[in-house]
Amino acid sequence: MFNTKTILAAVALVASLALPAAAQEGHSTPHIDKQSWSFAGIFGTYDQNQLQRGFQVFREVCSNCHSARLIAFRTLAEEGGPGFSDEQIKALAAEYEIADPTADGGVRKGVAADFWPSPFATEQDARDANGGALPPDFSVLAKARGVTDAFPFWIFNYFTGYSEGGPDYIHALLNGYHEEAPEGFELAEGKYYNDYFPGHAIGMGPPLADGLVSYEVAEGEAEVPLTLQQYSTDVAAFMMWMGEPHLAGRKQTGFVVLLFLVLFAGLMYATKRRIWQGIEH
Amino acid sequence: MSEHSTYTPGSGIEKWLDERLPIIRFSKEHLMDFPTPKNLNYWWTFGAILVMCLGIQIVTGVILAMHYTPNIGMAFDSVEHIRRDVNGGRMIQSFHAVGASMFFAAVYIHIFRGMYFGSYKAPREILWILGVLIFLLMMATAFMGYVLPWGQMSGWAATVITNIFAAIPIVGTPLLELLRGGFSVGNPTLNRFFSLHYLLPFVIAAVVALHIWALHVPGNNNPIGVDVKDTKRDTLPFHPYYTMKDAFGMVLFLIPFAWFAFFAPDILGHPDNYIQFNSQVTPAHIVPEWYFLPFYAILRAIDFNLLFIDSKLLGVIFFGGSILILFFLPWLDTSKVRSGNFRPMFKWFYWLFVVNFVALTYLGAQPAEGIYVILSKICTAYYFIHFIVILPVLGRIETPRPLPTSISESVLGKAH
Repeated sequence: MFNTKTILAAVALVASLALPAAAQEGHSTPHIDKQSWSFAGIFGTYDQNQLQRGFQVFREVCSNCHSARLIAFRTLAEEGGPGFSDEQIKALAAEYEIADPTADGGVRKGVAADFWPSPFATEQDARDANGGALPPDFSVLAKARGVTDAFPFWIFNYFTGYSEGGPDYIHALLNGYHEEAPEGFELAEGKYYNDYFPGHAIGMGPPLADGLVSYEVAEGEAEVPLTLQQYSTDVAAFMMWMGEPHLAGRKQTGFVVLLFLVLFAGLMYATKRRIWQGIEH
Repeated sequence: MSEHSTYTPGSGIEKWLDERLPIIRFSKEHLMDFPTPKNLNYWWTFGAILVMCLGIQIVTGVILAMHYTPNIGMAFDSVEHIRRDVNGGRMIQSFHAVGASMFFAAVYIHIFRGMYFGSYKAPREILWILGVLIFLLMMATAFMGYVLPWGQMSGWAATVITNIFAAIPIVGTPLLELLRGGFSVGNPTLNRFFSLHYLLPFVIAAVVALHIWALHVPGNNNPIGVDVKDTKRDTLPFHPYYTMKDAFGMVLFLIPFAWFAFFAPDILGHPDNYIQFNSQVTPAHIVPEWYFLPFYAILRAIDFNLLFIDSKLLGVIFFGGSILILFFLPWLDTSKVRSGNFRPMFKWFYWLFVVNFVALTYLGAQPAEGIYVILSKICTAYYFIHFIVILPVLGRIETPRPLPTSISESVLGKAH
């Protein structure tokens, strides 16, 4: 006899054991609005145009201080990413100088296989240039940040597969600056007040502002607003791609696998019933 | 054990082999003809599911080890290299990481099934003890595996957990230094954890073989807990009945497995583990993976001294005791009736124990402050009271419901 109650109970037991893990993060972060991302959900894929815009913001603004040491130029041409052509990547890489002890003079032009060059030679250089604070590496930063939901809302995340806490946090952070700290808040010299940064005093000044980056508009396409809101969404999406470059392929495979498993389980159940037919158990 | 054999070598080669290494006879006896109670429910499919989990972990793990670099300067990046540049690496890594969680989910169900149906009672004490041993080995393996990506939670977990051993009198400090390979968590720690993480799964596989051996001596327990009286009427051959049922269970189990691995591979982990380990920066909250939370809650609940024992050592005693006490479960439960279905009082206390265990899991994830501290203490106390007081007493005062005389009778009674 197939006992649905049994299976449900098993699922409930596992869920009840696994779920509290969600509650393990910090508890005093302010509420962060979830954005609607093209890469969320089981059919999620990156928006190629958005990744290209995000890349532009990263390249023109963020990469002046932040490294991305795990990102190779060639990755930018991979399927599911910003979709640059191999020629574009070659040309892009050649714009950068790569430190290479085996080359003449210790530097050479970049090639597609090179990794994104860091803006500072050492951690100490980076700190010296940034008032003592170290700008974190961007490679997996979008996955090293998250959003905490209050009970019982985090329970739903396991069923929706919510994995966009990083971009949501980054988007909120970039929009969370205040010119003045609220009254009574002691802001140290060289720090900036941010609603979402833990402890509120962040070493990075507001990096983006309306009109700072000019997007090129392709013919026949709607113009993209040049606003902080737009930049921060684009760069957060790009950072998610940096952290998870194979996301689209992973989800596509996943859908096929799940579909197969559900159908296969159905067939297995039918076979099992057939075999057990006529046996009291 | 050979009385169930119906094997007659079919060909000359089989006969020749059978006289020298009766491996076909053995497989037929134990994987096909083995008489299995006909009333096993789906909770019993978790044994097979766990074998599958171990298999997945070993296969994915061996592949990961081909690309991973156990060096503190390169470990973090090499895991990212696997995710980015190794063919299929993102999924292999994801199956291994999610697989650990699924393995523990299945093992908890398996353990709690054994507790409810009294599968640890005579003559299955050794079977149960081997199971607890596997659980312990799994915990050690999972913990060391979690250190390998060398993220913030990895390094700090290694620091906190090895520190536990320092509380043991006299041998504590030498033991701590032996585990770490130095005075602090560093490259030698990572190297020995990698080595042991590769070794232990094979030790687990060996103990699993013993576990199954010990299972095949008395045979399976079953939902009514009444021994098999008549092999013909009470049992079915393992194949095709249970091979099929288990295979169905495994496929079903793979559905949530695949859900997490493909759509939310990081949801069971902690974002901080995407930051490379830095011994100078302590994370705001150091929390273990979800499957360690109940025991972590017990460890933290002890924040007081008792006589000459300081709180740190006492915490370790309770922490270790919470697992070691499982070894004694067959003798702590004094009831002769195996299945919880026929024990009206036990049933209530069993579910209370489950709720208490889930509460400990929840509390392990909470900061050690305010109401959580008191709740942790209450739940920890109840965890031990269940084993030391409730189970021994229940067996004496409880009047069990009448047991069916045989499996076949109970099965037919259920029939409509």
